[in-house]
Amino acid sequence: MQKKILSRKSLGIPYMIFLALFVMAPLFVLIYYAFTNGQGEITIQNLTGFFSDPNTLGTLCYSFGIAAVTTAVCLLLAYPVAYVLATSHLKEKSVILLLFIMPMWINFSLRITALKELLTWLEGNLAYHPFLNTVIGMTYDFLPFMILPIYTTISKLDGALLEAARDLGAGELQAFLKVTLPLSLPGIISGVSMVFLPAMTNYVVLDMLYNSTYIMGSLIGSYFASYNWHGGSMIALILLGIVCLFTLLTRGDEEETARGGVLL
Amino acid sequence: MTKKIWRSMVIVLVLLFLYLPILILSVYSFTDAANIGAIRGFSFHNYVTLFTTPELVKMILGTVVLALGSAFLASILGTMGAIGAFYSKKGMASAIHTMNQVPVVNADVVTGFSICILLVVVLGVSKDTFIPLVAGHVTLCAPFVFLSVIPKLKQMDSSIYEAALDLGATPGTALVKIVIPQIFPGIVSGFALAVTLSLDDYFVATYTKPATFDTISTYVVNATKGAQTTIKTALWALSTVIFLLVVLFTIVMNIRAGKNVQERNGAGQ
Repeated sequence: MQKKILSRKSLGIPYMIFLALFVMAPLFVLIYYAFTNGQGEITIQNLTGFFSDPNTLGTLCYSFGIAAVTTAVCLLLAYPVAYVLATSHLKEKSVILLLFIMPMWINFSLRITALKELLTWLEGNLAYHPFLNTVIGMTYDFLPFMILPIYTTISKLDGALLEAARDLGAGELQAFLKVTLPLSLPGIISGVSMVFLPAMTNYVVLDMLYNSTYIMGSLIGSYFASYNWHGGSMIALILLGIVCLFTLLTRGDEEETARGGVLL
Repeated sequence: MTKKIWRSMVIVLVLLFLYLPILILSVYSFTDAANIGAIRGFSFHNYVTLFTTPELVKMILGTVVLALGSAFLASILGTMGAIGAFYSKKGMASAIHTMNQVPVVNADVVTGFSICILLVVVLGVSKDTFIPLVAGHVTLCAPFVFLSVIPKLKQMDSSIYEAALDLGATPGTALVKIVIPQIFPGIVSGFALAVTLSLDDYFVATYTKPATFDTISTYVVNATKGAQTTIKTALWALSTVIFLLVVLFTIVMNIRAGKNVQERNGAGQ
């Protein structure tokens, strides 16, 4: 008996080693590089440098701004869609839902190219409205990630609760505000976490739209291009810190995770 | 009635936002126009360029091979990890779960950059060996395979495995004949997810790929900055082809899913 349990357990060992090698070890190396300089001396200069340089601080604030606005726009667009879809009795509901998921299977760089061509035709030079175009681009890219979790939560809602609210005299709006909206909060939270973090770091969207990058992720890119591993590691570590903080804040007990829940 | 109109308006407008750029681009891919908005004649030349330029063909095939290869590796590792974690003691299992969660929540930029630092800068592995690239993509994908297999293990009827052992099967045979078939749907959807993640990846690839190799994402991002019109419009053709493939794939999957439901209903009667 002891032996066969051992054999099933030991199946996990290669994956454990893999995770240790390619997930944990890179993080430790990252920490080491972030707190050393080119001569291998331990230093906190990378950290203080980040927080005393107006450029990097400005980038941090700007990416927060972009991420916040993108998330808000996504939520404003996604909630009505998810709500309408989840509460409709249409037979073709699953097909329509599929239409919202399908763009995610098309390579994002090709989709952004399409958007860029269209926006260029409409606006002329994209560089005139950098903030607006960034938000449009990111919303275009991330919207499905907001729709799906909200849809899932609303469609799982217990209809009896709404009926009860109605029986007890709530109007339609009141029932929505007091029952549906609070109960769909877990979906909103998981949608927000799936849009906010990528929006802070995904610098390719900006890069593609008007050849300019000014968000957190792009700092790593520029350090990478100049072989400054120490500076880049510090930015990566700061981003990691933001990710951890955000994950702790939005943590739910649900099993469904970010990108995984979306496809399945 | 007005309520109904409002409701469909919401859906239609957002769908339009999502699809209009791709649809317009698809239409223009069949012309010889260099920009959207110009009215030009019908032409297949973008498609000819797409399938006859060696650079483009190599890039597309490379992306597909990379996606299938790393998804395959990720499926094996992720499945083994899930089975191992499922049967491990609580402390061990939660250690695996926590580590598994890191690439899932982490920004892809950070994942790619940290793997590059470890393998390329610290250990001195050459990017030309493709080891950093494949390692990066497997790291990106395996956690999602793990996450799609775990629920299937939880739903599994464990008494069948015990019965197989009682009837004389070795643990290995029981695993292959009993456990794997029961969790197979999870492995398949994990594999599919891994393929799409690898196909869509830009960040891990930029930090770990050999200089002479390009995936669709890295190629397109560089091409949008360049001024080469023939390549740019050939990529419109690529978008159209991928779009059609996705539509086709979705329809086939839907029909098959419909059939499955029918069969199950039939079996129930």
